[in-house]
Amino acid sequence: MSSTNGDRQPVAIEVQGLHKSYAGVTVLDGINISVKPGEIFLIMGPSGSGKSVLLRQIAGLETPTAGQVRIDGMDPSLEETRDKVALALVFQSGALFNSMTVFDNLALYPREHRLHTESVIREKVMEALQMLSLTKAVAKFPSELSGGMKKRVAIARALVMQPQILLYDEPTSELDPIMGATIAEIIASLRKEIAVTTIVVSHDRDLAMTIADRVSIIMHGRIKTEGTPDELRASKDPEIVDFLNPTINLENPRFRNMEASNE
Amino acid sequence: MTVLTRFFENIGSVVLLATRAFSHLPSIGRQTARVIEQCHMIGYTTLPIVTILSFFIGGVLALQSGISLQDFGARQFIGTLVGESMARELGPVMAAILLAGRVGSAITAELASMKVYQEVDALVTMNIRPERILVLPRIVAVLLMMPILAIVAVVIGWLGGAVVCQYVTMIGVDWDLYFQSLKEFLTVKDVLGGLIKAEIFGIGVVLVACNTGLRTRGGPREIGLSVTQAVVQSLILILVMDYFITRALI
Repeated sequence: MSSTNGDRQPVAIEVQGLHKSYAGVTVLDGINISVKPGEIFLIMGPSGSGKSVLLRQIAGLETPTAGQVRIDGMDPSLEETRDKVALALVFQSGALFNSMTVFDNLALYPREHRLHTESVIREKVMEALQMLSLTKAVAKFPSELSGGMKKRVAIARALVMQPQILLYDEPTSELDPIMGATIAEIIASLRKEIAVTTIVVSHDRDLAMTIADRVSIIMHGRIKTEGTPDELRASKDPEIVDFLNPTINLENPRFRNMEASNE
Repeated sequence: MTVLTRFFENIGSVVLLATRAFSHLPSIGRQTARVIEQCHMIGYTTLPIVTILSFFIGGVLALQSGISLQDFGARQFIGTLVGESMARELGPVMAAILLAGRVGSAITAELASMKVYQEVDALVTMNIRPERILVLPRIVAVLLMMPILAIVAVVIGWLGGAVVCQYVTMIGVDWDLYFQSLKEFLTVKDVLGGLIKAEIFGIGVVLVACNTGLRTRGGPREIGLSVTQAVVQSLILILVMDYFITRALI
């Protein structure tokens, strides 16, 4: 992949007053986020807080119940927006096409959009695989890959798209600490190597504090706080402090009080 | 949601899916490989079961009708009865039922898995319409393969009837008499009517299978439920459509 992202420039993302509910149950309640072009923006929060749902609204896979998401001023759920803005989403599970080899997974986007000749596609796919140390996996099927490799292939597939926006859903979950750190390094390196606006959804504190320009913490469907990693570290809010530095208290375990706090 | 609302929602969803898929028809030339792959799955792999089943259906039809017609002294018309029944009704219907059970269920299982494991979402984020690469090649393949399956079903059914007539002594209608009576009353319209039915059934089965697969939410249990639902809906659809197409063709 070249150091520039073709002639594509990173774009801004605006989320305004977003509400999302399913069958009357509110999952997101008045979310406002503004991501600058080229920024790495991290969305953190406990499990079930609505992080992945928010990412699906940003990716245009679902439409908000109220409020709006704008990518470069356009609605991401519209086909015209996808024609104009290249957006790639790295799914938590990888979402690789199981019936295709790693090569075909990566080549699908440029082939379907007739972006290059077959030889140029091969070159670009191999370049992306090389960047993520995956050249040996080129002929393998997703079922033959480890969890970490699947995540890296998913990132490589996103890179071939030369995206202006790169969204990651829990990129370090289910990975060992070394592989988690490797993925974090990849995300940070990619921002330098290709011009891209990045949004990462994660509850990995180390990832957030190391690579993010800004972090937003969502709790119970609302934004609890937003700031730089340093600002979050300095936060005195007990919920934020507890979320970022949880202590294991065997005398008064959290799970005993969980139900009461959920009510 | 009431059963009726769900029923109409399903119909609307199938119509929408068909419209979206056909809107990509101009790009079908670029999907030749996918169409060939689907032709193999829909046509070639279904052929053995269609052949076996049709042979025995033709045979049983000849056996049952042979005994009854003997009572009226009309056993020379067994060929006509088997010939017309297979061409107008049993050939296309049996081919469609086997398509629903064998291919429809596989399509639903595949697309439902792709949906549940977010492969369909991945296509959408890549700006590749699932209707274009997942649905349209299957529709085109079934349009190409269904007449072949129906013709094989009809001809093999005739042969099954002929073998029974020839070798079951209590019927005692020889090969020549059987085919003579078959040819005497069978018209091109009968065969064409059967092929039209087969085409409509085929498109219906594929659309129901694709729609059910792409609407699946949940996990492995829901994938199984979707497969069952697609097969049941297809079978009902085939029989309901059969009545109305037959009425229209008469």
